[in-house]
Amino acid sequence: MTTGSTGGDGLLLEVAGLEALLAALRRHGYGLVGPRVRDGAVVYDTLGSVADLPAGWTDEQEAGRYRLVRRNDAALFGFGLGPHSWKRFLFPPSTVLWHARRADGGFEVVAETPPAAPLALVGVRPCELAALAVQDRVLLGGPWADPDYRARREALFVVAVHCTRPGATCFCASLGTGPRAPSGFDLALTEIPRPDGPAFLLETGTAAGEALAAEVPCRPASDAERREAESAVAAAAGAMGRALDPQAARGALGTAWESPRWEAVARRCLACGNCTLVCPTCFCSTVEDTSDLAGETAARTRRWDTCFGVGFSYVHGGSVRTSVAARYRQWITHKLATWHEQFGTCGCVGCGRCITWCPAGIDITEEARAVAGRSAGRGAS
Amino acid sequence: MPRAPSPRRNGRKPRLAVFKLASCDGCQLTLLDCEDELLAIAGRVEVAYFPEASRAMRRGPYDIALVEGSVTTPHDAERILGIRKSAGILVSLGACATAGGIQALRNFADVGAYVSAVYATPEYVTTLAQSTPVAQHVRVDFELRGCPIAKDQLLELLTALLAGRRPALPTGSVCQECKRRGAVCVMVARGTPCLGPVTQAGCGALCPAFDRGCFGCFGPMESPNAASLGARWEALGVARADVARAFRTFNAGAPAFRAASEAYEREADR
Repeated sequence: MTTGSTGGDGLLLEVAGLEALLAALRRHGYGLVGPRVRDGAVVYDTLGSVADLPAGWTDEQEAGRYRLVRRNDAALFGFGLGPHSWKRFLFPPSTVLWHARRADGGFEVVAETPPAAPLALVGVRPCELAALAVQDRVLLGGPWADPDYRARREALFVVAVHCTRPGATCFCASLGTGPRAPSGFDLALTEIPRPDGPAFLLETGTAAGEALAAEVPCRPASDAERREAESAVAAAAGAMGRALDPQAARGALGTAWESPRWEAVARRCLACGNCTLVCPTCFCSTVEDTSDLAGETAARTRRWDTCFGVGFSYVHGGSVRTSVAARYRQWITHKLATWHEQFGTCGCVGCGRCITWCPAGIDITEEARAVAGRSAGRGAS
Repeated sequence: MPRAPSPRRNGRKPRLAVFKLASCDGCQLTLLDCEDELLAIAGRVEVAYFPEASRAMRRGPYDIALVEGSVTTPHDAERILGIRKSAGILVSLGACATAGGIQALRNFADVGAYVSAVYATPEYVTTLAQSTPVAQHVRVDFELRGCPIAKDQLLELLTALLAGRRPALPTGSVCQECKRRGAVCVMVARGTPCLGPVTQAGCGALCPAFDRGCFGCFGPMESPNAASLGARWEALGVARADVARAFRTFNAGAPAFRAASEAYEREADR
């Protein structure tokens, strides 16, 4: 056992050490959220202890299909991403922005107090860290930072897990957002599977992470252990089931307004909005005003919206994007092309959720390739 | 959007009436089911006509008329015209009033044959060949979907009308409610056929949250792609005749579901 501050050199943490890490986080006042099995999938929810993690579970994923399956070991992070993203905790599905009370001759506005309880996210994959960075640019960049998001973000402690188990719909390697995270975490783990339970290579990313690591029983990792962890992550890079060429997609989508592909995809697209709601970077929301029956209080609530809705593009006189073809084109073009102009980065991190959780099995990588192929064909002729 | 009744017009409370056409009473029961809010409702409106709740049946005009049920008889076809005339704002409640209800199955069959088979003296039965929604007969200001309607949506609509604001009634898919509440997709994760992607939100994703596929009781969402969802159901192993049947329940008469069930029925026959 030693104390932390070895930074990138790496410490070795046993399962008992991980338990101690969770206990230390709780001791420092963090609520814990992380992956656990519920309703046939790995979801993100409150964690009590290591026993809540999906030990021995993995999954099979394809476009429109997800199944939990058993592993032949007790790996704790040996699964691909499930339907939830951390967006749920930083940019919740529904947030009361303010409420108002009737007062003498008018009303008074009561601002909501930002959430106070700090959260520790346990098991954040590199693509999800990239998604957090994208959301940071969207919600904190520019002159109007979102106060609710900022309060949640600043109170966050991030325990990342470098990815050693991508799924068949994953493509972070082709976008440069994984399977290893260079930064963006307080602590990062790499899981090293063992027959008698996994061990973890522990890296520190911030002073807060170092301080916490110092409270946890661990020892310096051996060269062999470091190599083992490195090769597991390197193998993950080669095990992605999908790939996307971000430059080709950006170039093609920027000029593909009239591609016949939009009509083809609209025949399959349900416009249900699942892709946008599982996406860890989609940030669109709407506000709803409600009041109570007595007419004494009113509230303005922000809730997740989707660009696949008819009302999303409603302006005076009607909706701009009435066809599903136009809505799909808007979503993929924003995600892969115009996001660059707006936020200086790609809007996609390659997590593959929109592919797996599309009830119709529409594949963003396939659609981008199809549009690019047609554009390239046109350009060449 | 129609003008909302001001809470106290000429010093009096808005008058509320509840009418019933061909229906099971489940939707108007939802109003009585608002137990925690009933006193507040009674404080804001005069319940002028609600036979299921009170023997006091006062004549119109009414500021708000809630109408449950579909039009299935010549008598009701006549009655709905009178209800419209007596009502400032007319709200149709539930799958019957908004799509014809389960009784719209007659629209796909010979109602005369049913009447002869069921009743000993069919000549006493006067019924229409089709079960039709209220909006097919008169102008409707608001519709609440569902079989039955959702209590929260009824409260939201009444509250909005009393406050003179726009009610928050989503028209997108049930999937959006599933995702917001964090429910795992039963179709993707379990292969359970679900009508959620083509069904309008409002129930809070009740069935999928209990591991059941959506039955579509809120009717078609704003841009339903029933053909694509049907293809997905077929890929999950559902027979075409059963896809047709799924679209032919409480909202069988809603145009998008009707078209889907007829298309799948034709294909199943082939």
